[in-house]
Amino acid sequence: MTGRETLLSIEGLTKAYPGVIANSDVSFRIGLGEVHALLGENGAGKSTLVKMIYGLVRPDAGRMLLRGAEYAPADPHAARKAGVAMVFQHFSLFEALNVAENVSLGMENPPSQGQLARRIREVSQAYGLPLDPARLVGDLSAGERQRVEIVRCLLQDPKLLIMDEPTSVLTPQEVEILFRTLRQLSAEGTAILYISHKLEEIRALCDTATVLRLGKVVGTCTPRAKSARELAEMMVGKLLNETRRSGSAPGAAVIEVQGLSVRSPNPFGTALKDVSFSVRRGEVLGIGGVAGNGQDELLAALSGEVSAPKGAVMLNGTDIGALGPNGRRSLAVLSAPEERLGHAAAPDMSLTENAVLTGAAREGLVRGGFVNWGKARAFAERIIREFDVRTPGPGNAARALSGGNLQKFVIGREILQRPDVLVVNQPTWGVDASAAAAIRQALLDLAEGGTAVIVISQDLDELMEIADRFAALNEGRLSAPRPTEGLSIEEIGMMMGGAHGMEVAHAQG
Amino acid sequence: MLRLEKRPVPSRAWTVATPVLAVLLTMVAGGVMFQLLGKDPFVAIRTIFWDPVFGEFAWYFRGQLLVKAGPLILIAVGLSMGFRAGIWNIGAEGQYIIGAICGAAVGLAFYPLEAWFIFPLMVIAGGLGGWAWAMIPALLKTRFRTNEILVSLLLVYVAEQLLAAMALGRLRNPEGGGFPGSRNLSQYPSAANLELIPGTGMHWGVVAAFVAVIFGYILLQRHVLGYQIRLAGQAPRAARFGGVNPNRLVVFCLGLSGALAGLAGMFEVAGPAGQISIDFNSGYGFTAIIVAFLGRLDPLGILLAGLLMALTYIGGENAQSNLGLPSAAIQAFQGMLLFFLLALDLLSNFRVRLATRKVKT
Repeated sequence: MTGRETLLSIEGLTKAYPGVIANSDVSFRIGLGEVHALLGENGAGKSTLVKMIYGLVRPDAGRMLLRGAEYAPADPHAARKAGVAMVFQHFSLFEALNVAENVSLGMENPPSQGQLARRIREVSQAYGLPLDPARLVGDLSAGERQRVEIVRCLLQDPKLLIMDEPTSVLTPQEVEILFRTLRQLSAEGTAILYISHKLEEIRALCDTATVLRLGKVVGTCTPRAKSARELAEMMVGKLLNETRRSGSAPGAAVIEVQGLSVRSPNPFGTALKDVSFSVRRGEVLGIGGVAGNGQDELLAALSGEVSAPKGAVMLNGTDIGALGPNGRRSLAVLSAPEERLGHAAAPDMSLTENAVLTGAAREGLVRGGFVNWGKARAFAERIIREFDVRTPGPGNAARALSGGNLQKFVIGREILQRPDVLVVNQPTWGVDASAAAAIRQALLDLAEGGTAVIVISQDLDELMEIADRFAALNEGRLSAPRPTEGLSIEEIGMMMGGAHGMEVAHAQG
Repeated sequence: MLRLEKRPVPSRAWTVATPVLAVLLTMVAGGVMFQLLGKDPFVAIRTIFWDPVFGEFAWYFRGQLLVKAGPLILIAVGLSMGFRAGIWNIGAEGQYIIGAICGAAVGLAFYPLEAWFIFPLMVIAGGLGGWAWAMIPALLKTRFRTNEILVSLLLVYVAEQLLAAMALGRLRNPEGGGFPGSRNLSQYPSAANLELIPGTGMHWGVVAAFVAVIFGYILLQRHVLGYQIRLAGQAPRAARFGGVNPNRLVVFCLGLSGALAGLAGMFEVAGPAGQISIDFNSGYGFTAIIVAFLGRLDPLGILLAGLLMALTYIGGENAQSNLGLPSAAIQAFQGMLLFFLLALDLLSNFRVRLATRKVKT
């Protein structure tokens, strides 16, 4: 611990939800101007903890002191008044409004638009986050939208800024810009509570780290003094298996995408522009890129939810662009979308029913128009068994499963159907480390068996770990795929679009 | 302080128990209201719930129960399919009218021929009429993305005008002395939808309602189409991912509910109503929407809800005539039933807890 004056001290915070203890007796302190990391796996209780600090959730027990005074915000409004601001992982911005309008919506007594625009310009320049207050938010990149959120917080002159997984939407270059801003804020005395599970970032940025596991504090450390592996072990509590890759050479091209251009089904989506790539038998193609650059659209065009122009999607030389999802499934082209609840699975339906969602044809679950529920149940049970899905049984509703378990179910459902081509979007998003490792291993094993695997992900480490070749989506265009071996982080960043033309206004570079 | 917690899975016990609890609460709250109106609450409740089934004149009312419940159930089963898929046919009343007009027109066209095939032809015409009327919102929705709620609802008023035109024009009884209204089909044996078992109220429409309940149940539980209907209603994106064609589903659901409403209209005009008249329709198409939701969009639930609804209508009329209760009080009573049912629905999805706050503030 450094000798800083304490800004916020958290003493014995406890919060339980039915069946889960989200936080149990959590205590730590944040000094003035300190960059404090809150490190933990998904489900470790980080979100609940910051929601309590930000007044969104009330603790069951324990107390907080802000500069020595009792601090118990009844709502985020009270938290902001006390000088606590938060930038959420998912932005709350209106795409059809401009930057200044969005900022003023969050304010108690917004000044006139002209005055506000000037303030936004001043603050954003001062912290190296240039923003044009008159631009429509719908036209901004994810990195720029995050700037809007940050500037919105900075206008309140916060003493503590909470940032929830801020880098998940940024390219490496954009991360660098953000870190400079955060360091500047910290130098001026603003404390930052930085939530992440990305270890290298925390080592680069933070002064202190509090590690949470299963709702409890398992340790406090100075991240710079630890290796990433040591931090990972503190976070997970055990040694992680490393994925094994076979060295077998890929075979002939199975799926070829040639000049694919598709409009997005939703108005603020990204159209695909002239996307071309091919994937060979036994090969894993990793597709990176910042969220919202055409990932959903690419998956939809490959799964058959959106039909592709003539000749744009070829399977072993046959045009499959006009086929719908079930037509492609019958040809062993399977997919698993990013959004688990509502897209890959129906939340209120049982796992058995969800097994029928994509397994109907290939597993012979429907006969003469009637669903064979016995067989469907057996298929669901097989997925649960082989992919270690933790659930009381296949009769449980999909929404009753944790994110990681449902993801294992969704991926398992496709893998067990013996795909020739498998497309997955964000296969390990929101999944705890050991489950994520299992999913990655399953994808690698599948490729070893001869499947062409396309992994769309925003987790660059994941893509470097499992992909043979890497390409990045940027504003609907796909860069030319390159072998992952020997690819540097700068090169990847440039493939993802660099800093997206966002200027850097940091005084001393 | 009470607090609600969402259940991970809806409670089965409460799903079954809430309708019973709702009826009991309605009796209590309704009893208080009747008391305030100066009537004996026990007599009033008995008149509404008990007398139609077990009272002195039950031999008459029991028949009425099926006559009233039949069309409600038949229409509601059709509607529930669409409602489950998120396709809102609010115009069953119009499809009911058109079904009646088409069925009656076919029957009257053969008058006075006596032949076995006339009634089956009328059934087909009735179903087709309702189906065709429902195809208007279906095609407009699939082609031009119009809102099926508005289109189907507004078509009810078109159908009513058509009904009046028919009763006064093409279908008017030529021997009726100029009075509006068609010939009485119940006096035309080949076209009449008569009581199958005397005194029970059981006619072909009631049979059709029971058949619809069974088929609806099988469709939803076993058939892939029923699976797709439920899927599309709960998670439209997942449905598209699962290969469901949304347009085909719109056409199927609107077509099915239209055809069943048309059949209900046809059985009504050939049976209990007897003739096409200006005021032939009596709101079954709208009440069926309530019945569908009371029955939780489940065919078996709809069967019970239809019977319960018919009971409160018959019992309510009795209470009006025997006890002199104002009709507004009866409507309020029926409203309470709906209110309690929907309010208690909360219990199957949420758990109510006494909040215990230990936070030191």
